[in-house]
Amino acid sequence: MNDSKINLLEAPFELSYKYKRSSGPIMSKFFEGLSQKKIFGTKSKAQKVFAPAAEYDPDTREALTEIVEVGPGGTIESWSWVNSPRSHHLLKTPFAFALIKLDGADTAMLHMVSDCDESDLSIGKKVLPVWSENPTEAITDINYFILES
Amino acid sequence: MKKVAVVGYAQHKILPNAGALNEVELIMPVVHKVFNDLGISQDDIGFTCSGSCDYLQGAAFAFVEGLSAIQTSPPIKESHVEMDAAWALYESMLKIKMGDADTALIYGFGKSSPGNLDSIISLQMDPYYISPLWPDRVSLAALQAQILLQQKIITHDEMMATVIEARNNAANNPNALLTDHVSEDLYQADSLISSPLRGFDCPPISDGASAMVIASEDKAFEFTDNPIWIEGIDHSIESSNLGSRDLATSPTIQNAITNLNLKNINFDVAELHTQFSHEVPFLRKLLNLTNVPTNLSGGPLVGNVMMCAGLDAIGKTFQSLVSDQSDHGIAHASSGPCLQHNMVVHLERHK
Amino acid sequence: MSDDQAPKDYKESFIHLEYQYTAGSATTTFLNQVKEGRLVGQSCPKCKAVYVPPRGSCPRCGIATSIEVPLTDKGCVESFTVVHIPIPGNPIVPPYVCAMIRLDEADISFLHLVQDIEIDQIRIGMRVQAVWKPKDEWTHSLENIKWFAPIDEPDVDVSTLRFKPS
Repeated sequence: MNDSKINLLEAPFELSYKYKRSSGPIMSKFFEGLSQKKIFGTKSKAQKVFAPAAEYDPDTREALTEIVEVGPGGTIESWSWVNSPRSHHLLKTPFAFALIKLDGADTAMLHMVSDCDESDLSIGKKVLPVWSENPTEAITDINYFILES
Repeated sequence: MKKVAVVGYAQHKILPNAGALNEVELIMPVVHKVFNDLGISQDDIGFTCSGSCDYLQGAAFAFVEGLSAIQTSPPIKESHVEMDAAWALYESMLKIKMGDADTALIYGFGKSSPGNLDSIISLQMDPYYISPLWPDRVSLAALQAQILLQQKIITHDEMMATVIEARNNAANNPNALLTDHVSEDLYQADSLISSPLRGFDCPPISDGASAMVIASEDKAFEFTDNPIWIEGIDHSIESSNLGSRDLATSPTIQNAITNLNLKNINFDVAELHTQFSHEVPFLRKLLNLTNVPTNLSGGPLVGNVMMCAGLDAIGKTFQSLVSDQSDHGIAHASSGPCLQHNMVVHLERHK
Repeated sequence: MSDDQAPKDYKESFIHLEYQYTAGSATTTFLNQVKEGRLVGQSCPKCKAVYVPPRGSCPRCGIATSIEVPLTDKGCVESFTVVHIPIPGNPIVPPYVCAMIRLDEADISFLHLVQDIEIDQIRIGMRVQAVWKPKDEWTHSLENIKWFAPIDEPDVDVSTLRFKPS
């Protein structure tokens, strides 16, 4: 008799879903702008500029409708060097996640910084976007940022 | 409104990989333990609430399976939060305060070992601007650590001291996952995962479950001679717009300090849901806990069951107040990147 | 609405996660037996209810179902439905019948297929027995049973199939 008693039954499985999310009037303008190599923010009545474009001011709850162009360059507000990118990371060589305040904006955008060494990075350094060859109207239409030389 | 007390708490030994044990088999022993300790059964429970994350199990409505661990015939009043079980405690408190129940069973559970926790957690973020970049939870926490260090709110030495102290404290916690001592040399030699965070600055992947019973003032002394009263509980959340937050501050912690009048209380003990080392000195400064024994259990750095660790902070504080017969304890639970959502609980031994 | 008529402003959002799933002790024990061609339930030491497939816990008593109970592969149809849509990735051709199968001596039923009978002749209470795949195809899965087929025994009055009183 084939004794196939196993104490630990395990099996790999993959969970995959594809969703269609509507972007709404403000974010769809932002993503359309990205595909055209422009970065848009939204400006509140108090003249505060949110980039990437925000639909609401989180402090005042004001619905934001005024679209303004920002960047394309920005300043590093914070960063974290990833020496060994994990399997799900988009970049496969060492890179940094960063909070980048685009020129003209009052809030920061999360993205990545690449093509540099860890020792080159510090809060306050200026960066420029590297645009994708094949934009899809997504945040990844910016491949990553690089340090302004 | 009735006062509410914690009357019992049990925690499964935190495992790096529960292996053959599934979620139901992790929940059952802790629920039975807390029931046996109190001499009660599900019949004595007016409301049951659990905290868990379906994505840890990889199936929609996975939390319903957890109910297989509980006696559900006759039918029970039950709810669930897709959050740390600390928020299941909050919902249970509301239930009691509204007069819908006098007792509640809270349980949290989670197995992080089957999936890739980094990718799961990154999918919990803004699906338009953030998740498509797949930022992992360590890198996000690191962004806050970098700011705190740069503004000299915390220091590298404080991060190292936190890790060393956590491991030392873990020696007294039979449920802790990591109990090996860490020396300064070992810490300095550890490689960075996402700068400035090293492996030691991050919590271990953990599997486990925890259970707690709370009761109104009408019932608490039927269950125990040592009810620990929830004198105050407060939680608030910042925006999901990560770039609009000032990561050097915590308005939600400030809210709790004001709403719970924490400035005027001398705490005897504190347990914080601080998954990363830099969060300990940051919160201790905000909450004025620098002279208060903190994370005597070792905290999440020595064992971090997702969806339980916040409840565990409350449970460990409860246990400390009972065993030390001390008066005031403060527990903290957190959710979201960079301490976005914070709950603070003031526990007191005398009514 | 077809894709080319869908609003232009939608974004495709792709969730992809990988897991290593582990069956619990009760399921592991059950499937180890199924691999050998045996259906073994678990019973509650307090109320004696027999569960198959077992989850490891008794919902009526809230305690572990520690007692293994070998069962036959004969039972009856407790309920059924005729399905007219295909199962993705499965060669089965609609219409086919899904049924709740109550094995003899079990206190709950489980979902499986019923075949080898004209659909309009299937009825609640019909006695059935498992039709197994060839032994060399057996794995750790209830798919070792291809389906349940009717057997020549009198129908059961399902109102008598109560959950055993504790």
